[in-house]
Amino acid sequence: MISVSTLTHSLGHRLILDDISVEIPKGKITALIGPNGAGKSTLLHLIARQNPVQTGVISLDGEDIAKTASTDMALRMAVVAQELGVASRLRVRDLVGFGRWPQHQGRPTEVDKAAVEKALEEFHLLDLSDRFLDEISGGQRQRAFVAMAYVQDTDWLLLDEPLNNLDIRYAKSLMAKLRNMAEEKNKSIVIVIHDLNYALANADYFIAVKEGKVAFAGETSDVATSESLSELYDAEVNIIESDGKCFAFHH
Amino acid sequence: MSDKRLWALFISLVLVVAVLFFWNLTTHIAFILELRAIKIGGLLVVGAAIGVSTVLFQTISNNRILTPSIMGFDSLYLLMQTCLIFFLSGLTYAHMPGNLLFLLNTLTMLIASVVLFTFVLKATRHDIQLMILVGVIFGLVFRSFSTFIQRLIDPSEFAVLQSVMFAQFGGINEKELLSALMLLVLVCCWVARKCQVLDVMLLGRRTAKSLGVDYDRLQFMVLCAISILVSVSTALVGPIIFLGLLVSALAHSLMKTHRHALLLPAAAMISALILLLGQALFENLLERQSTLTVVIEFVGGLFFLVLLSKGKIK
Repeated sequence: MISVSTLTHSLGHRLILDDISVEIPKGKITALIGPNGAGKSTLLHLIARQNPVQTGVISLDGEDIAKTASTDMALRMAVVAQELGVASRLRVRDLVGFGRWPQHQGRPTEVDKAAVEKALEEFHLLDLSDRFLDEISGGQRQRAFVAMAYVQDTDWLLLDEPLNNLDIRYAKSLMAKLRNMAEEKNKSIVIVIHDLNYALANADYFIAVKEGKVAFAGETSDVATSESLSELYDAEVNIIESDGKCFAFHH
Repeated sequence: MSDKRLWALFISLVLVVAVLFFWNLTTHIAFILELRAIKIGGLLVVGAAIGVSTVLFQTISNNRILTPSIMGFDSLYLLMQTCLIFFLSGLTYAHMPGNLLFLLNTLTMLIASVVLFTFVLKATRHDIQLMILVGVIFGLVFRSFSTFIQRLIDPSEFAVLQSVMFAQFGGINEKELLSALMLLVLVCCWVARKCQVLDVMLLGRRTAKSLGVDYDRLQFMVLCAISILVSVSTALVGPIIFLGLLVSALAHSLMKTHRHALLLPAAAMISALILLLGQALFENLLERQSTLTVVIEFVGGLFFLVLLSKGKIK
């Protein structure tokens, strides 16, 4: 379980997160939703230790993340950030291979190599594996980065808008993969997501952030209602149930 | 050195060194050999320092068209020399023991860089682009400050300064060379141990951090290593701006890899080769009618443009 307590974060004079306290359950897919600029990515980055915590405490299974060694954290939590500008000429296989860095620290074993090959296959990247990152499309690059985090094989996986640039096929397959990881391998997954339909269909737990505060948090079926979502986005959202699945209609 | 291309570079470097060392020996053999050893040694040290520092800087800045000189490293060096000559008088400067001057320079450069990086990196929240921009501005400040002092300097002392301002490969001091070599070996040993983690740094701060790399600390250490290397090469021969860019581009297009374990030695050797061949060309064909830097920057610049237009450099 990740627990965030009294977390406040500001950039310059602007308050981004205002006294946030929330718990993220283990072994589930948690969707972090909210309007643009609400502070979702900032929250995710703080949890992922991309930036130092200013005030408040974030703990992972009871341990303060600020006090845990970063090499140790990398074995427990993997992150896929949103803007991934890789200027250098890396190949897809090399990139995915870096996902095993926390385990091998520069000396890859056969196990590491096998894990990389398996991830390349599972994320449909085998054909692209010898291409340079700046020679493939945004969606393909996105998949390569997700594969890198996947190969890290951590209990926690944080993804910042992983569906960006993905077409329907790969978006579906990525969500199915995440679902599978949560259910079969008991991995805990946190995703920042804008597509409510994917969130409703796949997330067990919702955390909604608005203007730096938690608007609501809870099991999907309890909190994801037409009223709460409409209020969150300041736009009309209707949740409609059909064939036992929920859909969000907003236009 | 498991790679064939590295071996090829190494062998050609050894051949070139051997030819330049033993070529045209007639009289005063011992004397000439000693002179040549110092000159060739100096070029090798400077070449390695420039090659390694540029590749490291490009990794840190995540940019393949920058060299450490953009951060104003060499203008800081020039400012220091200008100040020394201004305050100590040219005669004292010219008679200062080379070794002392060299160590003093390197130490000052290192301290200045540590102070600068600690302050700037914190202020820019480890945003390297911002830090480079700050570096550019600092470089301008250093440069205009040196120009200002140069206006105040006595013309005869300015002549002393002029010999520092332009890269010169002639008068390398034996003791300076030894200290430079020691520093270079120290830095290179450290860098060699960090080759793999440097590869991870190519992914950028965010991703590297999520893989458990202590990016900020390492970035700082690498910047310090760069400042030592730059002061080694600048103190030995003076500022050379363009060579690093050419060398790193060549190393990348030759090695076709991101791995520092291959790129760094390749860059060091290519850089030394270019300097040695350039010096030979300069001494024999041009009969010392110009300076080596002009030769390197002219030929290198043309070569760089050709490679760029053919798409060999990306």
